[in-house]
Amino acid sequence: MSTMHIARIGRIAGILVLIIAAMVALGPLLWTVTTSLRTPAEAFSNPPQWIPSHPDFSNYSAVFERIPIGRFFVNSVIVTGLIVVGQTITCTLSGYAFAMVSFPGRSVIFGIFLATMMVPLQTIIIPVFVIVRYLGLSDSPMSLVVSALGSAFGTFLMRQYFMQMPKELGEAARIDGAGHFHTFLLIYAKMAGPAIATLAILNFSGFWAEFYRPLIFLQTQDNFTLPLGLVGLQGNLGTGSISVVLAGVVLAILPSVVLFVVAQRYFISGITAGASR
Amino acid sequence: MSAATAEVRATDTLRRGHPSSYGEAPFGFAMIGLSVLFVAVFTAIPILASLALSFFSWDVISEPQFVGLENYQRLFTDGPVLKSFGVTLGMSLAIVVLQLTIGLGLAVLVNQRKLVWVRTLFRTAFYLPLLASTAAVSIFMGYLFDYKFGVVNYYLGLLGLSNVPWLTSGFGAAATIVLIVVWQQTGFTFVLFVAALMSVPTDVLEAGQIDGAGPLRTLFRIKVPLISPTILFAAVVALINAMQLFDQPYIMTKGGPGSATTTVTISMYQKGFQNLQFGYGSAIAIVLLVAILIVTGLQFLAARKLVFYR
Repeated sequence: MSTMHIARIGRIAGILVLIIAAMVALGPLLWTVTTSLRTPAEAFSNPPQWIPSHPDFSNYSAVFERIPIGRFFVNSVIVTGLIVVGQTITCTLSGYAFAMVSFPGRSVIFGIFLATMMVPLQTIIIPVFVIVRYLGLSDSPMSLVVSALGSAFGTFLMRQYFMQMPKELGEAARIDGAGHFHTFLLIYAKMAGPAIATLAILNFSGFWAEFYRPLIFLQTQDNFTLPLGLVGLQGNLGTGSISVVLAGVVLAILPSVVLFVVAQRYFISGITAGASR
Repeated sequence: MSAATAEVRATDTLRRGHPSSYGEAPFGFAMIGLSVLFVAVFTAIPILASLALSFFSWDVISEPQFVGLENYQRLFTDGPVLKSFGVTLGMSLAIVVLQLTIGLGLAVLVNQRKLVWVRTLFRTAFYLPLLASTAAVSIFMGYLFDYKFGVVNYYLGLLGLSNVPWLTSGFGAAATIVLIVVWQQTGFTFVLFVAALMSVPTDVLEAGQIDGAGPLRTLFRIKVPLISPTILFAAVVALINAMQLFDQPYIMTKGGPGSATTTVTISMYQKGFQNLQFGYGSAIAIVLLVAILIVTGLQFLAARKLVFYR
C-alpha cells in the first residue's frame, strides 16, 4: 500500500474518532433533555427515546409545584449575581493598584496573594465556616456571598491585564489635571472590558455550579441554591419521578448554555488565562 | 476620601518636580483595601487558623483543648482515613492520565481539520459537558449507570453482555466516577491544547515535513515538545483538582460501596462536619494540602527533564 493510502486511512480514522468522541460527549446531555420530556411513568423504560415522539412538558411545571425550585433559582441568581458584581469591583480595584500604582509593601502583599492562590478550598473551609458563624450568617445564602467577595486569582488576572496597558496614558491624563481615581475609572477600567468579562464568566460558571460550600453552609431547604436543592430533590422523590428531576437539571444548566452561546470567547479565555501564568 | 488626598499629594509632587515614588501610596492602599480585607479574612487567616486548629480538639460547642500532635498521630493510625488518601491518589492519577491523553488526542485531531466550522462544531461538543454543574452531572450519570434500568447496561445487554455493577461494586464505583470526571473535564485540557497547538509555528512543521517526518513523528518529536509547558500546566491543574474530588462521589455513592470511593475530602467532611471534630478535620485538611504540594512538586521535578522551554 502506498503512503497516500495510509494517509487517507489515517484521515478517515481521525474523523471517525472525533465523531464517536462527540457522541460520547453529547449523548448523556441529549438523554437528559429528551428524558425530561417523557412522562414520569416511562422515563426509566428502555430503549431510551433519543428524539421524543410525544414531548411532554408537564415535568417542567411539576418541578415548580413539587419542590421550591423557583426559590432555589432565585437564591442561585442572587448569590451568583452578587459574587460576580462584588469580585469584579474588588479585583479590578486591586488588580489596577498592583499593576499601576507604587506603594510600600506592594510586592510583599502581592506575594501573599499569590501564595493563597495555591491553597485548596477544603483546607480552609473549617475556619471559614467558623468565621461565617461568628458573623451571624450561618444558614444564610449571604454566607456564600460574603466569603467569596475577595479573590487572589481574580486580582492576579486583572493585574496581568493592566500590566499590558501603557503607563503614558495615565501620566498624560494626570498632567491634564485628572485625579488618580478618575484616571483609573475613565481611562484604564474602560479598556479592561475583556478581562472583566473573562473574570465575570469564570465566576458565573464557578459559583452557579457550586455544591461544596452550600452543602456545608446551608441547612434550611428554603435557603438552598440550585445544585444543592436538586440533589436533595433527587434523594426525596425516588425513582418514580426521574423525568421531573431531569427537568430540574435541564433548567439548572440552561442559563450556562445561553451565556456560553452569547459569550463563548470569554469562556475559552477564562481557561487559557490561567495557562499564561 | 483617601483617594482625594492622594490626588492632592500627587499633584503637589508634580508641581514641585520631585516625583516621589510613594506619592500615590494612599491611593494604592485605598484601591487594594477591599481585596486585602476579604482575602485576609476568608483565605489568608483561615490557612493559619486551619494549621492552629489541627493542634486542638474542638467540637464547636465547648472550649477548644490543646492536644499537641495528637490529631496527627491519630491520623497516621486511622485505617479508613489513610485508605481515603490511597483512594484519592489512585483515582487522581487515573483521572489526570486519561484527561491529558484524551484531551491531547482530540486536540490534535481537531487541529487537523481545515474547515473552521468543523473545528468550532467539535470544540463546542467537547466543551458542553463543562457547562453542567458537578451536581447535575452526578444526577443524570447516576441514572445512566444504574444497575437495573440504566441506559448503559441496556445497550451492553443488546450486545449480549450481562449487567455491569457500575456504581454498586467497589472497583466499579471508583472506575465509573473516574470516567464521569474525565467525561466532564476533558474539555478543559482539550481547549488548552487546541490553543497551544495553534501557536506552534508552521515553518517548524514545514521544515519537519521537508525532512520527511510523518504525522506520528511530527506529533511526538515536534508538536508535543513545543507544547510541553502547556501539558505541564494542564497536568498540574488537573491533579490539584482531582485531589480535591468531592461532589461526584458524595452525591453518587456517598463514598461507598463500603469506603471504595471515600476520598480525602469526604473523610474530612465526615470527621469535621458530621462528627463535629473540627481539630481532627483540620489535621486531615493540612495533610491533604501537604500531599498536594508534594505531588505538584514531583510534577515540576519531572518537568525539568521533560518540558522544553523555547
